Amino acid sequence: MLLTVENLHTFYGQIEALKGIDVEVAEGEIVTLIGANGAGKSTTLKTISGQLAPREGKIVFAGEEIQGMSAHQVAAKRIVHVPEGRRIFPRMTVEENLEMGAFLRNDAEGIAADKEMVFELFPRLKERRQQKGGTLSGGEQQMLAMARGLMAKPKLLMLDEPSMGLAPVVVETIFETIERLHQEGITILLVEQNAAMALSVADRGYVLETGRIALTGTGKELLTNEQVRKTYLGEV
Amino acid sequence: MHFNIADVPQQLVNGLTLGGMYALIALGYTLVYGILLMINFAHSEMFMAGAYFGLLWLNILSKQSFFTGSAVGLVLLYGVSIVLSAIMTGILGVLIERFAYRPLRHAPRLAPLISAIGVSLFLQNAVLLWVSSRSIPFPVKFPVYQYTLARDGSGSLAFTVLGASDKIVDKLGQGAHAIVQFSTLQIMIIVVTLVLLFVLDTFVSRTKLGKAMRATAQDRDTAGLMGVDINRIIAITFFIGPAMGAVAGIFSGMYYGNIKYNMGFIPGIKSFTAAVLGGIGNLRGAMLGGFVLGMAEALASGFISTAYKDVIAFVILILVLIFRPGGLLGESVVEKV
Repeated sequence: MLLTVENLHTFYGQIEALKGIDVEVAEGEIVTLIGANGAGKSTTLKTISGQLAPREGKIVFAGEEIQGMSAHQVAAKRIVHVPEGRRIFPRMTVEENLEMGAFLRNDAEGIAADKEMVFELFPRLKERRQQKGGTLSGGEQQMLAMARGLMAKPKLLMLDEPSMGLAPVVVETIFETIERLHQEGITILLVEQNAAMALSVADRGYVLETGRIALTGTGKELLTNEQVRKTYLGEV
Repeated sequence: MHFNIADVPQQLVNGLTLGGMYALIALGYTLVYGILLMINFAHSEMFMAGAYFGLLWLNILSKQSFFTGSAVGLVLLYGVSIVLSAIMTGILGVLIERFAYRPLRHAPRLAPLISAIGVSLFLQNAVLLWVSSRSIPFPVKFPVYQYTLARDGSGSLAFTVLGASDKIVDKLGQGAHAIVQFSTLQIMIIVVTLVLLFVLDTFVSRTKLGKAMRATAQDRDTAGLMGVDINRIIAITFFIGPAMGAVAGIFSGMYYGNIKYNMGFIPGIKSFTAAVLGGIGNLRGAMLGGFVLGMAEALASGFISTAYKDVIAFVILILVLIFRPGGLLGESVVEKV
């Protein structure tokens, strides 16, 4: 396993947001976490990436325990967290945002090559390379956030709600890109409220309910599971 | 009021000198605010501490004949003293952040503010107790000349360099009068300030570390996800601001001829005003605000009365807060979510 999360408990003050989460991600997989608002999906990602410290439990990445490390130390393991709400740097240009993604790298040639790679993946960004991040549309900001993540050469790419607030046609593009990254062998941990989309691209999925794993299975299994269909796919 | 248009050029030169000092101090306020959303009220004491560290090194190094024997030695004497003082003050700034602010980083915003006021009082009283409660003369060991643009006795333009005991009428004839004078000190202050501001601006906009500082100011959590060590960036910020403030403190000592334990208070508040005027959090804004404030103050003291020179800064502060709270170059929304 590339990533093993074991019995993870995370608190916000007195409130226990994660009540013992177990998640596994194998190399090359797309794994998705779905669930309602407040189920603990984003909290799980934030705990893995070091933005939150767990009170209990283990996070093992590539054979090394990383729980309790600070965010920049986790980033150095090439775990890349593309946060919810995109969080691009609004007063930096598209290009500077990409350079920030490559902050921990020192191979100028490799960085330049990867910049071309993400521009090929998202041609819109190339057109707007000198524009400030804050002036981009929501969809373009999401592309920039993902491109910035790719600039770090991720071993594990964690995407938090990449489809949030975007027009359906943009959501399509984002998910096509996710599938393409998957085909190129990038391991992805995807958090989504759009359960149907997420499960259709994922190898495996976990359903979270109030800080616990309620259900797990392959993407197909969960898509056809009656409980999931009722609760998360909006079918009666 | 005694408005005389002929005084304007000289007031602008004085304002530029003053403005340079304000700009050097103001950027410390703005850098810290940009990253921590905190007004570092102890920053005025960095200006004061810099002046005292500068004097300390001047006294130590003056004992070496190498530094006093030649013109090159004298330049080095001041250059080395300024650099060493800037480094020491920078380290002081880093220590203050580490022990007085960092433990309060997750506390309500009022807490670090009060802690900053405490640090400010502590440093002033430490100097009062251990050094002196009086003004101490700050030596200028090199000759100071007045580079003078003037009208000579016959009324045509002339340029001359006046030493301390030279009189303009002796050089240019009866009836000669100066239009504008730059002293050696003013030239030094303005040139060094502009070089420092240029270097800092280039550092922040072009280098990898500077970009990391900007990213941290725009979104601290996300900068951390990029692999930026936030505590290191904050420490660097608390080094740069005080180091620049220290240079201004030494300039102030040389320009006015003395230093005192409470010398930081008024320039500190004025530079804070300059930072707000430019748009707090905005580096170029702080630089611009410093010069604008310096000019406004020099013109006001020249044409209204020197008694009003401190008033003008606060009138500007109040007007900015009422009419353009984001400042000249600031974002319209200053507060981050």
